[in-house]
Amino acid sequence: MRIDSPAALERYCEEVKEKKAKYPYRVSVCGGTGCQAFNCLEVYEALVESIKENDLEEEVELKLTGCHGFCEMGPLMYFQPMGTFYAKVDPKDVNDIVVATILQEGEVEKYLYRDPVSGEKIHHREEIPFYKKQVRLLLGINHLIRPQVIDDYLALDGYKALAKVLFEMTPEEVIEAVERAGLRGRGGAGFPTARKWRICREAPSPDGIKYIICNADEGDPGAYMDRSLLEGNPHAVIEGMAIGAYAIGACEGYVYVRHEYPLALRNLLVALDQAREMNLLGKDIMGSGFDFDIKVAVGGGAFVCGEETALIASIEGKRGMPRPRPPYPAVKGLWGRPTNINNVETWENVPLIIRMGPEKFAEIGTENSKGTKIFSLVGKINNTGLVEVPMGITLREIIYDIGGGIPGNKAFKAVQTGGPSGGCIPAEHLDIQVDFESLQGIGSMMGSGGMIVMDENTCMVDIAKYFMKFLCEESCGKCVPCRVGTKRMLEILTKICDGEGTPEDLEALEVLAADIKAASLCALGGTAPNPVLTTLRYFRHEYEEHIYNKKCPAGVCPALITIKIDPEKCNGCGACAKVCPVNAISGEKKQPHVVDPELCIRCKVCMDRCRQEAIYAE
Amino acid sequence: MKSVSITIDGKAVEVPADYTILQAAREAGISIPTLCHDERLEPFGACRVCVVKVEGARALLPACATPVSEGMRIWTDLEEVRRARRTVIELLLSDHPNDCMVCERSGSCELQDLAYEYGVREPRFQGERHTYEVLDDNPLIERDYNKCIVCGRCVRICREVQGVGVYDFINRGFDAIPGTPYGRSLPETPCEFCGQCVSTCPTGALVSIPYKGKGRAWQVTKVRTTCPYCGCGCQVDLHVRDGKVVGASSPVMVGPGQGNLCVKGRYGYEFIHHPDRLTRPMVRKGGELVEVSWDEALDEVAGRLKEIMEENGPDSVAFLCSARCTNEENYLLQKLARAVVGTNNVDHCARL
Ligand SMILES: Cc1cc2nc3c(=O)[nH]c(=O)nc-3n(C[C@H](O)[C@H](O)[C@H](O)COP(=O)(O)O)c2cc1C
Ligand code: SF4
Ligand code: SF4
Ligand code: SF4
Ligand code: SF4
Ligand code: SF4
Ligand code: SF4
Ligand code: FES
Ligand code: FES
Repeated sequence: MRIDSPAALERYCEEVKEKKAKYPYRVSVCGGTGCQAFNCLEVYEALVESIKENDLEEEVELKLTGCHGFCEMGPLMYFQPMGTFYAKVDPKDVNDIVVATILQEGEVEKYLYRDPVSGEKIHHREEIPFYKKQVRLLLGINHLIRPQVIDDYLALDGYKALAKVLFEMTPEEVIEAVERAGLRGRGGAGFPTARKWRICREAPSPDGIKYIICNADEGDPGAYMDRSLLEGNPHAVIEGMAIGAYAIGACEGYVYVRHEYPLALRNLLVALDQAREMNLLGKDIMGSGFDFDIKVAVGGGAFVCGEETALIASIEGKRGMPRPRPPYPAVKGLWGRPTNINNVETWENVPLIIRMGPEKFAEIGTENSKGTKIFSLVGKINNTGLVEVPMGITLREIIYDIGGGIPGNKAFKAVQTGGPSGGCIPAEHLDIQVDFESLQGIGSMMGSGGMIVMDENTCMVDIAKYFMKFLCEESCGKCVPCRVGTKRMLEILTKICDGEGTPEDLEALEVLAADIKAASLCALGGTAPNPVLTTLRYFRHEYEEHIYNKKCPAGVCPALITIKIDPEKCNGCGACAKVCPVNAISGEKKQPHVVDPELCIRCKVCMDRCRQEAIYAE
Repeated sequence: MKSVSITIDGKAVEVPADYTILQAAREAGISIPTLCHDERLEPFGACRVCVVKVEGARALLPACATPVSEGMRIWTDLEEVRRARRTVIELLLSDHPNDCMVCERSGSCELQDLAYEYGVREPRFQGERHTYEVLDDNPLIERDYNKCIVCGRCVRICREVQGVGVYDFINRGFDAIPGTPYGRSLPETPCEFCGQCVSTCPTGALVSIPYKGKGRAWQVTKVRTTCPYCGCGCQVDLHVRDGKVVGASSPVMVGPGQGNLCVKGRYGYEFIHHPDRLTRPMVRKGGELVEVSWDEALDEVAGRLKEIMEENGPDSVAFLCSARCTNEENYLLQKLARAVVGTNNVDHCARL
């Protein structure tokens, strides 16, 4: 079916909607990469089987979709219109679930989500605290969309924003709309999107050719917002890019995806074919006279290739190394032509802004940060997953209301935002609003949306070392401050963790941090010292404990801890002695055991084994 | 080209709009150190010793790669600038052998000069150092990556100027280093042994083997000449020590080669002091070559030519000239052939 006018699109969307309306029920199973790790595909197969068996094919619309956000709980099943939500579903019970939920209009208690805080079972998805405080403008439709079925997107009025833009708006009006919406880049720096588009639109090109790029490199450890968007709703990215291309005057776009995202890549390629087939992409889109197509470039997975100039070099077939700016890509980018790069999430916001209207969009968020932001909430937190929240929400709300707080009633220590080059934020700033400026103000940044929660058992020097190691390994090696400087910082941090730190080391860290920040070529080096700087700022005493007292207060750094057994708690079961690889634990049966500090290699295996929680590190 | 007004260290200057900060500063007589910069190459911005403060910019900017813009206010000598440069030099030296004593480049090494200027003896930051095997897999170019500062000049000159592309960076981060594909030896690559990479290397990492150990910068006198190998006229500085030619280089941005040479112009000087080299005219007498005067030699040639011409006509003689001669010399030779001898039998060696 080729769409050759907005009216044809309208008709087609209505047809699709009618077809869907005849199903009274819908069951959605998350088929995202996260849930696939929990065998969600078997759950889906069992579901198809069961629907057939119970003769429900005419009644139930089945969806194997992209990420629902609550990946930790997979495999997930979501029944509508009832709103019943099942977590950690075992394929063998799927038929029982279908029978109970649809035929008997009840539920299977066992698979209902149990709130770890209250301990209560919750029936409706919208009542689960994890979902309740989120504003899921982007992720909220994932459960309705089979990523490889364009009709699912069209049933949600997909591509109508593009039709509106192509037939009712001038390019300048589109840029103005994005400007009024206040959209800022979601890839890290929060640069105003409309401003970037305008610079690119106005930049002269030697032959009139301009490019746009979607940055789906997503290299932050633990982050998978962009993967889930691209995997779950690829058409929204395509529609956003087509709108941007029209506004900028670009004829060709690239999506740069890392090869570790095979499902996102596959779904995107299928979506591109479908869009082309329906004339929603390619020559003379919907009969508007506007030509635009998208190519896909697959990256090798280097973190630095997310940096825009390195990304461009990589598409051009060169080694992915940043180059100095100016000239900015908007003026001189891919193959020397003006090029606009935006992040996946930024592009997905574009059709949304056109559809809901820029004013409405701008009502969400704070003065200078509009709309929502997706974070991947991980670490020492009860509910991990992808959360989409309005800008301006506090860190406390994300961590305690959505995330359900810290497991095991441990104390919160810090949260790292902004990925490896962000900063560690301590408890005193938990009430800070999450927006671009506030996070920067306390030495961290929004970044692309990583959020790692740490509890009292986290050593902040060790954490700083961890991030520095990542950046040191991911440095492209082009410029001296980053190539050698991050290495030297890592060596100093390692020394401190090994109990060999000296007071001069703190000074050297500070000197290096300042000069690496000031003199590095790209933002990888420019922000690499942030974890060290913020931990030095908020947790300096931990560094000092390591250096002066040769102690790791969190009981993490092996060289600085002693493993001890609390004789009050130990019941002498002997379990620890059995697992100790070096036979460092001894004791009479039913008598408190002791650790020989000379023999102990501080592997902590015994700690995990002791049921009395009698073993501790000091 | 439009010009723009900027200030450097408080001094107002007017420069063409396509200048970099470095070009503007040099024109204003303000010196900014560089390591990865070579006028023959596109700006790269890697070493960061040329950083300067530009008012309004968040971080320091590399002078070599930052274009000037109207009203730009630049500071090249602030404490924060000097401090960052110093740290960069210390970081480089923290992974560099302390080898100046025996290093070929001592006295003409850009890194050594910077360490001297900034007074860095012992870097504050110590840690792992690389140890690489010295590569001398060919008779001309030695690569000692222990001394490499990863400025990428060799990589770029081979690609941008020579159009060959023997090297690229390999590995990442601290281990990044220039290298050949699959670590092949230079003879196994398309290397032309032009020595452009040696000529641009700021340190002793790339060294010309034939000139090694024969005299360092302060021990030689440079004598400017024109390369004798072809008619292009590349300028060559012969390095002379104790009356002997012990090396050759080409002055950058001078003459047709702009500092670039070919393998012959760069390395083909062994003949100068070779015992087999002919230094006097000789004539074969009774089967033996005998040293004679120029007059006698020329008379011999002229006499024999005349004989042949008289016997068999002018077309029995042919003149073969050389691409190593200048245009003027070749012009004179064909004039001799056509006007004096009367033949059109003129050709040159490059057609053989
Ligand atoms: C080391 C480094 C890694 C980056 N990685 C990413 C990435 O994975 N995804 C991304 O969208 N932007 C990344 N960026 C930011 C991009 O350079 C660029 O600013 C961004 O894609 C612009 O899109 P936006 O304006 O929509 O945010 C990275 C930047 C740096 C310095
Ligand atoms: S800062 Fe690091 S990643 Fe960026 S160009 Fe320099 S070495 Fe490469
Ligand atoms: S496992 Fe725990 S309770 Fe048992 S002997 Fe060891 S310390 Fe004591
Ligand atoms: S920490 Fe490891 S080595 Fe030490 S006592 Fe426990 S099990 Fe044994
Ligand atoms: S390369 Fe330069 S700094 Fe290094 S040893 Fe040689 S002369 Fe000294
Ligand atoms: S000698 Fe010439 S061709 Fe060979 S690597 Fe060096 S620059 Fe390239
Ligand atoms: S070998 Fe020389 S020119 Fe090449 S990167 Fe190393 S220091 Fe620079
Ligand atoms: S992948 Fe299934 S919920 Fe995220
Ligand atoms: S000379 Fe400018 S960065 Fe190296």
